[in-house]
Amino acid sequence: MSTLTKQTLSHLDWLESEAIHIMREVAGQCSNPVLLFSGGKDSICMLRIAEKAFRPGKFPFPLMHIDTGHNYKEVVEFRDKRATELGERLIVRSVEDSMKRGTVVLKHENESRNKHQSVTLLEAIEEFGFDACIGGARRDEEKARAKERIMSFRDEFGQWDPKNQRPELWNLYNARSHKGENIRAFPISNWTEMDVWQYIEREGLELPSIYFAHTRPVVMRQGAIVPVNVPLMSGELTNLPKAGEEIIDLQVRFRTVGDISCTAPVESDADTVEKIVIETATTTITERGATRLDDQTSDASMEQRKKEGYF
Amino acid sequence: MTAQVEDHGLLRFLTCGSVDDGKSTLIGRLLFDTKTILADTLTAIERTSSKRGLTAVDLSLLTDGLQAEREQGITIDVAYRYFSTGTRKYIIADAPGHEQYTRNMVTAASTANLAIILIDARKGVLTQTRRHSYLAKLVGIPHVVVAVNKMDLVDYDQATYERIVAEYQAFAEQIGLDDVRFIPLSALVGDMIVDRGERLDWYQGPTLIDILEAAPAAHTEKAESFRFPVQYVCRPQASDNPELHDYRGFMGRVESGEIKVGDSVTVLPNGRTSKIKDIQLYGQSIGKAIHEQSVTVLLEDEIDISRGDMIVNSDEVPVQSKQVDAMVCWLSETPLSPARTYWLRHTTREVKAKVASISHRVDINSLANESAATLAMNDIARVTLKLAQPIFADNYEASRATGAFILIDESTNNTVGAGMIAS
Repeated sequence: MSTLTKQTLSHLDWLESEAIHIMREVAGQCSNPVLLFSGGKDSICMLRIAEKAFRPGKFPFPLMHIDTGHNYKEVVEFRDKRATELGERLIVRSVEDSMKRGTVVLKHENESRNKHQSVTLLEAIEEFGFDACIGGARRDEEKARAKERIMSFRDEFGQWDPKNQRPELWNLYNARSHKGENIRAFPISNWTEMDVWQYIEREGLELPSIYFAHTRPVVMRQGAIVPVNVPLMSGELTNLPKAGEEIIDLQVRFRTVGDISCTAPVESDADTVEKIVIETATTTITERGATRLDDQTSDASMEQRKKEGYF
Repeated sequence: MTAQVEDHGLLRFLTCGSVDDGKSTLIGRLLFDTKTILADTLTAIERTSSKRGLTAVDLSLLTDGLQAEREQGITIDVAYRYFSTGTRKYIIADAPGHEQYTRNMVTAASTANLAIILIDARKGVLTQTRRHSYLAKLVGIPHVVVAVNKMDLVDYDQATYERIVAEYQAFAEQIGLDDVRFIPLSALVGDMIVDRGERLDWYQGPTLIDILEAAPAAHTEKAESFRFPVQYVCRPQASDNPELHDYRGFMGRVESGEIKVGDSVTVLPNGRTSKIKDIQLYGQSIGKAIHEQSVTVLLEDEIDISRGDMIVNSDEVPVQSKQVDAMVCWLSETPLSPARTYWLRHTTREVKAKVASISHRVDINSLANESAATLAMNDIARVTLKLAQPIFADNYEASRATGAFILIDESTNNTVGAGMIAS
């Protein structure tokens, strides 16, 4: 074996190792971090990375979910179950409480609550005095994110200033902040949607059922598949069809899950992780393009939300 | 045997170019030809192209990120792009070519193992080309690919290409770049990127994607000394499991070299020695750990170790020093002040630092040394720093991760300098 080159990590092992390193840096540099956990696939990967980073110890941070009150029941149930299994503390703060306090005011009853999560998140940061929030955002998701640092500084209003970011070199992360300021840390910045699915497959991670093909009532609205009559945790139905819309039963799965009002599924018969990996390899539409109604309002809508404190 | 696709790991590379040399088009072409661009993205850039009155789809629009960039038609910051060939995953660091170039290129280069330096075939080797090459060398990128682009605009002329190659080779020798490869291509038309095209028959070498596929994923093929900066100490005393009451796991990433159970190690700064008892990942003993692997290390002896300490191979202990000589790139709009104290972060260790002297600044256009009393943004200089506590430094050329540091402004917490240790 004279041509033997130096042993290197496989691409998934490399990405995992980088993410573990970043989480440990947050734990080592920040005094009061929190890990944002929504029950979605990216944050499910983040929990496995946290286990690999800190077991046999406990996580050096609690988990937190900013609940819009309009989340899929399957995802909320999964969120609670996973936190219990791990024996870690889960904090839930809700956009509906911010609405009661009057800090979130919806323009109309059906307005998507997704962007209002920023307000509730900033309130929770202040309430607990968190100096860092660890999140599962990825640079391949969206073009504003492609330029965001792994340790991203936010000022005391939670604002991201894309033109004035701290340079980030080698793997020397600077997570320093003054009181009231905040670091958003993104350990899986360098992962793609494909990497996430390959990791879920390799690690045998459990997911909420709505990631897999299932039949549900939908309507077609401006070219998007919109789920209707979706049951909330309270049993109440949301996303009622508009007058004249035809309800059809369609086999779909979700590529991303978020607020019910702004996440749309794709048509699919992929009912196993293996089939989803194959489907992801051959899809012709980007993850957010297919499914995030909130990103399509303008070319810069994610950037705008991030400047205002969005995750 | 399973029919699994081979995994050739991950390669991080950098594209350097100046305005109008076709860098964005090259990246767009790589993404397009490897089928990374999906239909809705293509539709969006088709729409923008026609809005701007262009007749063909402008692939460079794929790399436009921020609102201000789209408005001004320039790139402000380093952007990261991803593609995969099925056997290897790639991360492209795309550094803009205009002002603040040095700062952005040094940032992008710090994590790259290969640089593609673009040359416009009509213009040949320019001052900018020399500047990019010098920075690639300074930041220690082991492999350089010189892509002579826009061959379509010089009628695919072999003599033009060979003239540029000869001129660049002479310059590469002068600055000590050793692994340089050349390729003629047209990013616009797509020749020699993923497909060979039909107009460059005289070039027998590999396509750009073939070069990328074959490039070594490791930063260096040389054996390196084992370096394990401790990030976090795991002591789950309060656990319900009594077996864990004496557990003391040192968590970190192997930043250089490799380690196996039984190896003799020295702990810095206290200098105590021990042997590796176990190497764990997620509760499993894995026997050994290689470069870039994040693991938990357990030692035979009970030694007091905390974050900022470093576990190293006992045969190759780095120097402990309260003074470092380094090449420093200044990153901040606020100039370096020799009167001020900065935080210096080296691996997981943070110490206070002050400039003792600036030996010279490098004019990165002429590569001449000049004297300097301070440093402004984008300056590169040889600097001596005094430290409040020692760091365990390696020479940057020998070990990138343990030879690098950043400087942080104490009052703003901004990252203001990047250093590469010379001795």
